[in-house]
Amino acid sequence: MIIEAGHFALVLALITAGYQSVVPLYGAHRGDARLMSVGRTAALAQLFFVGAAFLCLTYAFVVSDFTVKLVAANSHSAKPLLYKISGVWANHEGSMLLWILILALFGAAIAVTGRNLPLPLRARTLAVQGMIGVAFLAFILFTSNPFERLPSPPVNGNGINPLLQDPALAFHPPFLYAGYVGLSSVFSFAAAALIEGKVDAAWARWVRPWTLAAWMFLTLGIAMGSWWAYYELGWGGWWFWDPVENASLIPWLVATALLHSAIVVEKRDALKVWTILLSVLAFSMSLLGTFLVRSGVLTSVHAFAVDPERGVFILLILCFFIGGALTLFMLRAPQLRQGGLFAPISRESALVVNNLLLSSAAAAVLTGTLYPLALEVIGGAKISVGPPFFNLTFGPLMVPLLLLLPIGPMLAWKRADAWAAVQRLWVAAIIALIAGGIAFGLKSNGPLLAPLGIALGMWLIAGAIAEPLYRARFGEVPMAIAFRRLLGLPRSTFGTAIAHAGVGLVVLGIVGVSAWRQEQVLVMTPGQVVNVAGATITFGGVVPVKGPNWQDEQGRFQVVSGGREVAVLTPAKRTMQPSGQTTSEVGIHPFWTGDLYIAMGDGDRASGGRVVRIYYNPLVALIWLGALVMFIGGAVSLSDRRFRVGAPNRSATRKAGRQTAGARA
Amino acid sequence: MALSRKQKRGAFIATGIAILGVAVGLVLFAMSDAIVFFYTPSEAAEKVEQGKRFRLGGLVAEGSVKRHPDGRIEFVVTDTIASMPVIYSGILPDLFREGQGVVAEGVLERDGLFKADSVLAKHDENYMPRDVADALKEKGVWQHNEPAASQ
Repeated sequence: MIIEAGHFALVLALITAGYQSVVPLYGAHRGDARLMSVGRTAALAQLFFVGAAFLCLTYAFVVSDFTVKLVAANSHSAKPLLYKISGVWANHEGSMLLWILILALFGAAIAVTGRNLPLPLRARTLAVQGMIGVAFLAFILFTSNPFERLPSPPVNGNGINPLLQDPALAFHPPFLYAGYVGLSSVFSFAAAALIEGKVDAAWARWVRPWTLAAWMFLTLGIAMGSWWAYYELGWGGWWFWDPVENASLIPWLVATALLHSAIVVEKRDALKVWTILLSVLAFSMSLLGTFLVRSGVLTSVHAFAVDPERGVFILLILCFFIGGALTLFMLRAPQLRQGGLFAPISRESALVVNNLLLSSAAAAVLTGTLYPLALEVIGGAKISVGPPFFNLTFGPLMVPLLLLLPIGPMLAWKRADAWAAVQRLWVAAIIALIAGGIAFGLKSNGPLLAPLGIALGMWLIAGAIAEPLYRARFGEVPMAIAFRRLLGLPRSTFGTAIAHAGVGLVVLGIVGVSAWRQEQVLVMTPGQVVNVAGATITFGGVVPVKGPNWQDEQGRFQVVSGGREVAVLTPAKRTMQPSGQTTSEVGIHPFWTGDLYIAMGDGDRASGGRVVRIYYNPLVALIWLGALVMFIGGAVSLSDRRFRVGAPNRSATRKAGRQTAGARA
Repeated sequence: MALSRKQKRGAFIATGIAILGVAVGLVLFAMSDAIVFFYTPSEAAEKVEQGKRFRLGGLVAEGSVKRHPDGRIEFVVTDTIASMPVIYSGILPDLFREGQGVVAEGVLERDGLFKADSVLAKHDENYMPRDVADALKEKGVWQHNEPAASQ
C-alpha cells in the first residue's frame, strides 16, 4: 500500500511540477501577481510529494520489502541499517529519485527564501525549475519506476554491490547531487533573467549564494568520491581521470568560474553576458554528467543501468534544456547592456583571466572525456584517454591560475597597480620560497618540480592569509586598530581567504603524493619483515573474520615506527554474502607526514605467501582536508550578512556591508 | 595606462585568444602523444609496434595463470583467434578470473611478451569491460547471453 502511495505521490509531483512550470510564467507575462505567487505554493507542494515518495521508497528498503523489484535487486535483510538507507540511492532508479528530491528541495528553498526577489523574477525562476522537474519526473515515471512490484517476490534480496557498502559512499551521492542539481537553481535564475531581458547587480547578488551553495556541495561530494576511491579500490591513487570523475569535475570548474564572474557583475555591473552563459553552461555540464553516468555509455561503478531507452530520454532532456537556454541566450544576450569599464590591470581583469583559464581547463577535460566516445560513434579506433592526456592539458592551465591567484584579490577594482599588489605579497613570497627550499633540502633526490610545487602551495596559503591582514592594514596602523579592523571585515573576505588557503592545501597534497610516493609490491610470507618509509612492517599471517553480511580473510600487519608499535593494519579480501562477490579492504595508518597504505592480494596456497602492495603516500590527506577547508570557506562566505536573505532591515544592512567591503576593495 | 576603449578591448581579446590558443595547442599535442589505443590480441598482432603503449583486451585463457615466486603473474589474453602472453607484477583485481574478461595496459616487449603495468577487470560479477565485450562480439565469440550488467 505504502509502495503504491509512493508511486501515486510521484504522479502528483509530476502534475504539480507541470502546473508550476506554466502558471507562474503566464502570470509573469500578464503581470498578474496572483498567478505569479502560485509558483511558491506549487514548489512547496512538489517538495512535499517528492519527499513523500522518497520516504515511501526508504521505508521499503528499511523493512526489506522484497515485493518491490528495486529492493529485491539491491538490498538484503542482513545489511546494516545505514546501508539499507543508502541502498535507496545506490541504484539507478533510487538515485534518480534522490536527484529529483534535491531538485525539489532547491525549488522550495528559492520559493521560501526568495521573498525579497521581485515577483516576476521569482515566478519565472520557479517556472523554469518546475520544467526541469517535469522532465525528470517524466523520466523516472516512464523509464525507471522505482516502485515496480515483483509478481513472485524472493525470500531475500541480492544485496548491494560490495564496493558501495561503505560510509563515505553512503553520503557521496547526496552531496554530489546537491552540487549537481543545486546548479539548476542558477540555471533557472539565468533563464528567468533572459526571459526578462534584465541582468543587474541585484540579480548577481541573488544568484551568488545559490552558486556558492551548489559549489560547496559539489566540492565536498567530489572529495568524498575521491577519498572512497583511495581507500576502497586499493590502487593507492586518489584521482584516476575516469570519465565519471571528469563528469563531476567539469561542472565544478565551470561553477568555480561562475562564482568569480558573478562577483564582477555584482560589484561592477560588467561581464553580464559571460556570467549568464556560465550559469547556463554549469547546469548543462551537470546534465551532461548525468547523461554520461546514467545512460550506460560509460562503463563504471556508476553505470547501474545499460538501457538505451533511458539514455535517449536523458539525451532529449539534455538537448531541450541546453538548446532552449542557448537559443534564449542568443536572442536576448545582445540586449544586455554592458556597464563598468575597467583597465587591463584590475581586479576585473584578474577575474577574467581566472575565468578564461578555468573554462579552458573545463573544455580540455570535456574534450578528453568525449573524444573517445565520439571516435567510437563515428566508427574510428578504440582509444582510452587517460591520466597522461589530462596531466598534459589540465596541469599547464592550472599552474598560471594558481600562481596568479593570491595577486587577484590584492588588485583594486577598475584600475590597479600590479607591482604594488605583488609588493604587498612579499612576505607570502618569502614564505613560499623558504618552504620550497626546505622541501628541496629534505628531498633533494625527488623530482625537481616538487619543491616548486610545495612553494606554489605555500604561496597560495600565505597569500590567502595575507589578504585579510592587508585589508585590516596590519603593519600600517597600530596593532590594536588593525586587529579591530580585521574583526570588522565582512565574512566573505574571510570566506575567500579560507577557500583559497584550501586550494593551497590541495596543491600541497597533490605535489606530495605525486612526487614522493613510495611503492613496494612483494610476496610476503607470515613472519616476513619489510621496511617502508622508516616503518618496519611485519606480516603476521591471515585470519578469518566474520561481519554481518560478509566474510573476511584478514591480513595482520604490525607496524613499528620509532621503536614502538603504532598500529596493526588489517587489509582484507572480503567475500559478500549472499552474492559471493569479492572485494578488497585496505589498511591505512595515517602518520603526520603521510599515509602508510597496505593492500593485500591473492595468496599462493603452497607457501602461504600473499601478494602485498605497500604504499607510503606523503601529505595525501591534505587533498581531502583542503577540499573540506574550501567547503568551510564557502560556508563562512555564505553566512555573510549580505547574503542572508530575508534578514530584517535588509537595505540598511546591505548598504552597510557594501561600504565596509568597498572601503578597501 | 591610458588605453582607449578599443585598445582595452583589443588587449582582452588578445589575452583570451592567447589562453585559448595555448589550451587548444595542449589538447592537440596531448591527443597525438598521450592517448592509448585498445586492441584485441589479433589486432595487436597486426598493428602494434614494439615499445608503443596500448591496452590489450580479451579473455584470460583457461589454465594460463602462473604465479612466480617473486610475485609476478603471467597469463595469456586471448580473443580465441589469437592470444598474447602477459606479465604483470602487482595485485590483480578482485574479479580477475580465468575465462573472464580483462584489460591490461602496458607495452609489448621484444620477446613478444606484453608487460602490463595495470590490469583492470571489472566492477561487478557480471560486468565485462565494455571494450572487451564489443570486441568479442565482433569476433563472434561472445558467449554470455546479454551483459546482465545489472538492474
